[in-house]
Amino acid sequence: MTVQLVLLVAAALFSVGLYGALSQQVVVMVMMGLELMINGVILAAVACYWFLTPTPTAQVVLLVVIAAMTVEMAMGFAVATLLHRSRNSDMTDMATDLSG
Amino acid sequence: MSIGLLGTVVFWMLAVIAVLCGAAVFRVDSMARATYALAVSFIAVGAQVLILGLSYIGVITVLMMIMEMAIMAVYMIMFMGMNPALMPMNMVHGNKAAAVTAAGVFAALATGILLAPWPDRAGVPDPDPTAALGEALIGSKMLVMIVVSAVLLATVVAALVLALPRGRYDRFGDDLRRRPPADPQPGGVGR
Repeated sequence: MTVQLVLLVAAALFSVGLYGALSQQVVVMVMMGLELMINGVILAAVACYWFLTPTPTAQVVLLVVIAAMTVEMAMGFAVATLLHRSRNSDMTDMATDLSG
Repeated sequence: MSIGLLGTVVFWMLAVIAVLCGAAVFRVDSMARATYALAVSFIAVGAQVLILGLSYIGVITVLMMIMEMAIMAVYMIMFMGMNPALMPMNMVHGNKAAAVTAAGVFAALATGILLAPWPDRAGVPDPDPTAALGEALIGSKMLVMIVVSAVLLATVVAALVLALPRGRYDRFGDDLRRRPPADPQPGGVGR
């Protein structure tokens, strides 16, 4: 087991998540894509901890990544709730005017 | 400190499960199945984290995902009003462009991963990584924790502001001086 192999798995998770985040129309499915990307980042950070720098600093980086996932989750659900209430829709295509 | 042959075998099995379930999230035809697939993918990665010795991080990853799947189930019931597992769906846009972009990103990442001159491991893992993390968080890395705390608090406030159907500013106006409040139903006992 080497750092390259584990990072390749993490890259696969990240890429699958990126495909989902770009291709899905439902807001919650877009969130699932973003979470898969963060899942890949978590695995990559753990690989760096184990194979390169087994220090508490690497663990703190992991905590920050997990906190970012929490923020994404909470804000995503809040935006999806607001979108559903104001437009009776949960599709990104119905909210293209929010871009930019 | 090594994870042994059994640990290595289990690690790679979990890696395969994580990637396959991750791909299944966008292949299955209902949101409920996608939710379960994502949960399995995260639990597999959480177990990999556990194998690599980070028990605290691994457990909170798994617990967070279980909680998130519970919230997602409530969300589906609230806004879809049906059993989402029975609702086939295939709602994508720009499928080909997304697939090409994702494949390109994977190729770029893989190239970088395989070509980078990775250094040797510096030091050995702490015998008790959780205790080491705790000491770092209340010591040299306290600023990180303080910033994360503020960000999480701001997230709680922002999520509530967005999700709240009617707040006090809707009732009492922007200056909070409107009396009586603009309620859809008058309050009190009718006197």
